[in-house]
Amino acid sequence: MQSRDFDVVVMGAGIVGSMIARALSRYAIRVALVDRANDVGTGASCANSAILHSGHDPSPGSLKAEMNRRGNELWHDLVHELEVGHRWTGAMIIALGDEQLPGLKKLLARGTENQIPGLEIISRAEVLKREPLLTPDVSGALWTPTAGVIDPFGGTVAAAENAVTNGVSLFLNAEIHDALVSDGTLIAVQTTAGEFRARWFINALGVHADDFMHLAGDRPDFAITARRGEYFIFDPNRVQVQNVLFPMPTDKGKGILVSTTAHGNTFVGPNAEEVADKEDTTATRDGMAEILEGGRRLIPSLESRDIIAGFSGVRATGNANRDFVIEISATVGGLLNVAGIESPGYVSAPAIAERVEGLLRNAGLEMVAKNEWNPRRPARPAFKELNHEQRSDLIRRNPNYGRIVCRCENVTEGEIVDAIHSPVPARDYDAIKRRCWLGTGRCQGSFDYPRVMEILSRELDIPMTAVTKKGPGSEFLARTTKG
Amino acid sequence: MTCDTSYDVIVIGGGPAGLAAALSARAEGNVRVLLIERNDSLGGILPQCIHNGFGAVIFGNDLPGPEYAYRYQEQVEAADIDVMLDTMVMDLTPERDLYAMNATHGYLHYRPRSIILAMGCRERTRAQIRLPGSRCSGVYTAGTVQRLVNIEGYMPGRRFLILGSGDIGMIMARRLTIEGAEVVGVLELLPFLTGLRRNFVQCLQDYNIPLHLSTTVSNIIGGQRLEAVETVKVDEELQPIPGSTERIECDSLLLSVGLIPENELSLKAGVHLDPRTGGPLVDSTMATDVPGIYAAGNVTSIYDLVDYVSKAGEVAGRHAARYALEHGTGNGNNATAGRDASKAGAMVAIRPGENVGTVIPQRVRIDTSGNEEVTLMLRPNALIERKVTVELWDGDRPIMSFRENYSRPAEMMVHTLRAKQMQALAEAHEHELTVVIQ
Amino acid sequence: MSFCEQFPVGEQTSDAAGADRDERGSENSEQSIICLRCPRGCEISTTLDGYGGIVEIFGNVCKLGREYVEAEITNPLRILPTSVRVRSGERPLVPVWTPKPIPKGRLMDLARATRSIELEAPVAIGQVVIENWEGLGVDLVTSGAVRRA
Ligand SMILES: Cc1cc2nc3c(=O)[nH]c(=O)nc-3n(C[C@H](O)[C@H](O)[C@H](O)COP(=O)(O)OP(=O)(O)OC[C@H]3O[C@@H](n4cnc5c(N)ncnc54)[C@H](O)[C@@H]3O)c2cc1C
Ligand SMILES: Cc1cc2nc3c(=O)[nH]c(=O)nc-3n(C[C@H](O)[C@H](O)[C@H](O)COP(=O)(O)OP(=O)(O)OC[C@H]3O[C@@H](n4cnc5c(N)ncnc54)[C@H](O)[C@@H]3O)c2cc1C
Ligand code: SF4
Repeated sequence: MQSRDFDVVVMGAGIVGSMIARALSRYAIRVALVDRANDVGTGASCANSAILHSGHDPSPGSLKAEMNRRGNELWHDLVHELEVGHRWTGAMIIALGDEQLPGLKKLLARGTENQIPGLEIISRAEVLKREPLLTPDVSGALWTPTAGVIDPFGGTVAAAENAVTNGVSLFLNAEIHDALVSDGTLIAVQTTAGEFRARWFINALGVHADDFMHLAGDRPDFAITARRGEYFIFDPNRVQVQNVLFPMPTDKGKGILVSTTAHGNTFVGPNAEEVADKEDTTATRDGMAEILEGGRRLIPSLESRDIIAGFSGVRATGNANRDFVIEISATVGGLLNVAGIESPGYVSAPAIAERVEGLLRNAGLEMVAKNEWNPRRPARPAFKELNHEQRSDLIRRNPNYGRIVCRCENVTEGEIVDAIHSPVPARDYDAIKRRCWLGTGRCQGSFDYPRVMEILSRELDIPMTAVTKKGPGSEFLARTTKG
Repeated sequence: MTCDTSYDVIVIGGGPAGLAAALSARAEGNVRVLLIERNDSLGGILPQCIHNGFGAVIFGNDLPGPEYAYRYQEQVEAADIDVMLDTMVMDLTPERDLYAMNATHGYLHYRPRSIILAMGCRERTRAQIRLPGSRCSGVYTAGTVQRLVNIEGYMPGRRFLILGSGDIGMIMARRLTIEGAEVVGVLELLPFLTGLRRNFVQCLQDYNIPLHLSTTVSNIIGGQRLEAVETVKVDEELQPIPGSTERIECDSLLLSVGLIPENELSLKAGVHLDPRTGGPLVDSTMATDVPGIYAAGNVTSIYDLVDYVSKAGEVAGRHAARYALEHGTGNGNNATAGRDASKAGAMVAIRPGENVGTVIPQRVRIDTSGNEEVTLMLRPNALIERKVTVELWDGDRPIMSFRENYSRPAEMMVHTLRAKQMQALAEAHEHELTVVIQ
Repeated sequence: MSFCEQFPVGEQTSDAAGADRDERGSENSEQSIICLRCPRGCEISTTLDGYGGIVEIFGNVCKLGREYVEAEITNPLRILPTSVRVRSGERPLVPVWTPKPIPKGRLMDLARATRSIELEAPVAIGQVVIENWEGLGVDLVTSGAVRRA
């Protein structure tokens, strides 16, 4: 099998790996970004609450608290540099009944200790004014103005694209299954797409970060528990909350929230269920009932018949006091572990990348800035967001934009073709969905499947029967009707 | 973008409702009609419905869907009606500003004197019925599979399980069997068949495909592609019965779990919807509550026979054209002018009562001239396997009744109100009558 | 085969009912048969004598219904709707059907026979694809049109 040589191999192309690759793409070093999936961002990074937390919640002094606060700060610029869909909505932590009111003060104190700007306790009347759909049981809220919501697929894709445009080599369908350690130093990893050699390996493998550590002979004591969280999205024509609404946190976590997405839909979730299989993103009957009930504690008018979609993600909860692990391995040379990155991992990712950059520099990796580095990743046109005149212009330039493929979200053939030929090419249905939001409306793709298959087949020059939902093994079609 | 105000009537959607509407509008006289269809051909969903079962009422014949559509298409092509294919209507305002687009002409702006909504319906999906399990490939809605198999020419799997005993599900069970696939069964959550019995006989029984009533899917299993489905029996409250789980190996699951009228544009135009039908509230001229905007076909309510869709289209077309002729001499916007005139003549509302799910139209315009017949379409919501009477109540007094052999949610009841019945409606005391099945 | 017992449709007589006439004795029996001749799908109640003859019949809207029931108890007939391949067309398939029904037992035979057929575009509606299939007096006819690509 082929062997390739790099200075740094970033393992795992979630938001964390992609942000690290982007940070390293600034320098004159050879960087590879490696993932087993058919696309970037198919792990936890594509199924989470997508909230850019302000950082009021993590234990003061923890790495989580530091990364979250700094990450939120960095995202305020990054959303523009990378042109990622987002809204700086702020967030409210809702107290129900008088008995929860004292809790708000504690949260305020904790947030202040974490140096979060603008925190404020607001009255019941003010809360209800901002979110009239809230339960009348509300007694007050903690307002944290720097929080926001982001398009979670868009963020990872944008970071990876920007990394690739700046010279990072991306390898997909490359499942890492072995580590080559020589004299206590990790010198190569074996993948289904060949061997990768490097001076440094960054372990950003999400729920599998511990598995890789053990494979390389590092930290047998460290373990990740997979905790699944399920969600529902509601028909925007039926319910629309305007805010990010958290219940009061408990020992178990931030609880079941109700929030608006970057696209203005309303969603509810997540619950938290330990799962034995780390890939287990199935939806369960009990879980679905639990989150609906949880959501109704805040917004009583949520109705199951208005649900248009469901999804679930798996948190990578580490056993190091549940704090993030971002460190150069003490036992295995050439290995830097980024592990236990559960929530608020998404918002923290740019800060994690900054820290990894610093650790590598301190460890002696020569990092000379490139002149030609371009921090900007221009977004491709999103037809839905344009006004009539702009749409007209776009179609004149490229008739493909005149053909609607997804009628709920008004996604055009032009956008799909763009996504297929972008720096991180979308090569399956789900990859297009993550970039263009097609099939995410009420019809959930039932109408657009055949058209998207045709476009993928044409643009990738593959037979219709080779078109997949999410990479090899997930083909849509078995044979021709008469075959 | 210039605004084209030259059309009297624009029809949105070229399915059976839209085709019939365009034809009857054109037949009203000197009326300029434009038909806009987003697909590359006319006929709506009929081109993919290659089974026979269409046309008994209108053509006295049992035709396949494409042939039924073809008969209307031919007439539309021969009539002086403008047709735009591959064109999607994107936006619609209460003032009848209509924005459409296609790859050749880009964005287009029209303001016709009247509009007919004939956008049909869409399928309910997995999320809407909250099916638990893996998100692998191999789970499809039945209509999508119908399109893939009959139009695109591809089979999405080899071993199928079908959820939902609606007509599309049963028809696809037969269709897939004919093409050499294995259909292991059809599951139905309810204790009775939800589609037509004739389809049970000719699609399932004839091909030895088992139907399992009071059964649903409890889990979807598979990594990349579907591997198996877990099914469970349900009790009268539709709750899963513990211990009744079974595992069925299959590579495809088809969902035939209902259709929803397609009303994004109607809402943009400010048209009010009936929460029961999911479609616009219409009167017996198929007028919505926005002046100059009419609606017909599956966009108003899900029909089971296409013939009645065509008939509703005909009514909508006729009245939309009359509205245009009455209100539209100038080129300007005359949305408000119509409001009062369109309300001329008394109306009675018809409210679904006991055992009645939906009624189309929801309001009847009283016309005792004898020139207008009104077809009332009732969808029962109770299964009653004996003779029933359908009664129209004016307060506490029944004013007319009809006999039916049975009441089945799968089959709409059709009653035509002629001059005599119109007279009875005209004499009613209440503005709202209740229709019940007993 | 496990048809759900709860399902209230009467058993449809299968295949050649004549064969076992004698075993049935002479008592009258009632059957409810759904007419498939048109989309109305009338549910026709039929009383048969012990030899499969029709004693009484009601529920049919038209005379085709009686014809249907007569066939159903002797030689059930069905229409086959399917499709065949098209070469050089705008679409890969054209729908076809048997405007007249064929014996139920032969449905899959005809279905299989259609799989290898390929027409050359353009294809017109109403075009005969197979004439008088296996001497049964039934044609296979297109029910749609396909233009040349
Ligand atoms: C339910 C839930 C809610 C959350 N809510 C929020 C929130 O609101 N705000 C927030 O900031 N954070 C939130 N998070 C956390 C956030 O989603 C994660 O911290 C973040 O996405 C982690 O990114 P990652 O790149 O580390 O992991 P991942 O995105 O999981 O990436 C790991 C990558 O490694 C690849 N990989 C794994 N094994 C191999 C192998 N053997 N070979 C090759 N590649 C491999 C995978 O394919 C995957 O792409 C939430 C998480 C969950 C689950
Ligand atoms: C699988 C199946 C089997 C059936 N079997 C039978 C049967 O055996 N017998 C029978 O009598 N009936 C049957 N029916 C019912 C019958 O087909 C429908 O009632 C009928 O087609 C509805 O017609 P329509 O014109 O309202 O909608 P459609 O046929 O759905 O047409 C709507 C049209 O509007 C277009 N459109 C929508 N939005 C826009 C927009 N924004 N811009 C432009 N165009 C737009 C769509 O592309 C479509 O062409 C069946 C239906 C289905 C789905
Ligand atoms: S009896 Fe006549 S009307 Fe009734 S289903 Fe048969 S053919 Fe149609």
